[in-house]
Amino acid sequence: MKLAVAILAATVLVGASAAAVFGGAARADPPPEECDVPQSFLESDVDLTRVTDAVKTKHRLDISVVGSGSSSINGPEGPHFAYPARLEDALKHQLAGVDLKITPHVQPRETTATMASGLDKILSDDKPSLVIWQAGTSDALSGVEPEDFRTSLDQGVAEIQAANADVILMNMQYSPRTESMLDVSAYADVMRWVAQQHGALLFDRLAIMHYWNDAGTFDLYTATKKYDMARRVHECIGRALASQIINSAHLDAVRMQTTR
Amino acid sequence: MLVTPIMTATPLPAIAAERDLRLDLFRGIALWLIFLDHIPGNVLNWFTIRNYGFSDATEIFIFISGYTAAFVYGRAMRERGLVIASARILRRAWQIYVAHIFLFTIFMAEIAYVAATFDNPLYAEEMNILDFLKQPDVTIFQALLLKFKPVNMDVLPLYIALLLLFPPMLWMLLRQPGFALAGSALVYVLAWNFDWNLPAYPNGVWFFNPFAWQLLFVFGAWCALGGAQRLSGVLRSPYVLALAIAYLLFAFAITLTWYFEPLQRFVPQWLSDWMYPIDKTNLDVLRFAHFLALAAVTVRFVPRDWPALKSPILQPAIVCGQHSLEIFCLGVFLAFAGQFIISEWSGGPLIQTLISLAGMLIMIATASLISWYKYIEGRSPTSRVKTPDADLAGGGA
Repeated sequence: MKLAVAILAATVLVGASAAAVFGGAARADPPPEECDVPQSFLESDVDLTRVTDAVKTKHRLDISVVGSGSSSINGPEGPHFAYPARLEDALKHQLAGVDLKITPHVQPRETTATMASGLDKILSDDKPSLVIWQAGTSDALSGVEPEDFRTSLDQGVAEIQAANADVILMNMQYSPRTESMLDVSAYADVMRWVAQQHGALLFDRLAIMHYWNDAGTFDLYTATKKYDMARRVHECIGRALASQIINSAHLDAVRMQTTR
Repeated sequence: MLVTPIMTATPLPAIAAERDLRLDLFRGIALWLIFLDHIPGNVLNWFTIRNYGFSDATEIFIFISGYTAAFVYGRAMRERGLVIASARILRRAWQIYVAHIFLFTIFMAEIAYVAATFDNPLYAEEMNILDFLKQPDVTIFQALLLKFKPVNMDVLPLYIALLLLFPPMLWMLLRQPGFALAGSALVYVLAWNFDWNLPAYPNGVWFFNPFAWQLLFVFGAWCALGGAQRLSGVLRSPYVLALAIAYLLFAFAITLTWYFEPLQRFVPQWLSDWMYPIDKTNLDVLRFAHFLALAAVTVRFVPRDWPALKSPILQPAIVCGQHSLEIFCLGVFLAFAGQFIISEWSGGPLIQTLISLAGMLIMIATASLISWYKYIEGRSPTSRVKTPDADLAGGGA
């Protein structure tokens, strides 16, 4: 189609010119970090209407998190410190009186195509109002073609929305040390585009972590064997996600009502 | 021997006698831009053209490479025949292959270092990229086959593929330029329709699809062999200029929406449905058109005899453009090294700027040194047959 229009345009141009030939906080975690994210990273025109609806009418919120390795942390009590649990914690504080349940479905090295094929089971088991889909890293690692990645993501988002759930797409981590070996930009572009096409929300983890690194919040170049930094980053991601959900589902008002 | 009668039967198109310094200038600038773009997160990236339109320095580089390849080898083919010209083209492809493998070795050293020293549980998933170190036999073999190409090492394999197919294409361009260009366009269309590309390792396809990008290379060659004159009428038309400027402004407006999210609401849905994705791998037609518009405007405002081309201010870019293979390889290496320094000392914008400027200075100094070597070798009494322009052209690289 694009090609046809371009060929047509070229033909017209050639015709016109005669000369032409060519056409974690609860369990004694460290005190919360100063890791605020500028509002511009979390603002969007997209409304999480199904989330609003579930919270306001049913006073419950079921969230499924689908993702690969970077949605988890290894080590002792990893799941407790990873962002899905941190999000749950942050939301519980802000949505008192709402029955909140977050179910992570995290498989290391799972590509988006595999994740997409498992969605129907997740949707029927969890019956979520919101699916947070973290994708892209494993696809970049295994060299999935961006076009195939787009197709999988496209179908997956459509399937989630058809099951009456909102979608947040979460892109890759900003990883400066592997940046010269692993180019994720093409996959990040695809995610932005698919989110826009489907009216889904994008959680731009790549830009947010980049911001943290530039602002000195975290030095993401650090080499360490300890889990501290990974836990702090996940804590901050969980909180940023919570405020994006609260913003886009317009739940500030709800919180006021329930706390009164 | 066989070609001689044909050559006398059909007069071959004249090839411009004097080297067009604009080519060296813009290729030099393209090499700087490629270097800057290859340092991820570099603040100076904001000055590179990919942020202001659809196409980027790669298009400029490939087009000019096609142009100079035709300029140098076209003359060789006309004067010395198909066999000699083909032999020289293939020798050039071999040189580029050796350069590519040299860069790959440096890259492997860097990766191995990172793998040995860098660890952070936060990046457990991303570190899987180093898995290929576990099977060096397979990895190195695949690299020799040009199937395993780490990030930023895609341009030279594309170039090798283009040169390998260039002898018959050049032969055709010298006789039936319109036919040759139409054939190239046909391959481009077929590649789009049938998803032609070469396989890559561990999976996927070449980042720069040679079946698509050959169009730009052949178009450059076609322009060098008389096509530019044939197009001069089109290029002088005020309508074409207006159209080109309008398209450049449109592309600029669209790229703005990539960086300023709120602007995206002004892009109508039907337009983004039609336009996206703008595919670099297969040289999206929007990118190609953007390059054409850019070239049309440039040719209009930068004439061949532009006095500034002789001024000392532009010499650094010109001298880099004249030794493009060496400077391209150096640029890839300097980008690795710069990236490495930035990550070792967590460089802020100031360090990034300093490293970028230092890199460009090293590129200029090296290019000047190569020119100097060529100069003293040319003057040496023992120097053998003089090969005018071919060396100057960097063999068309």
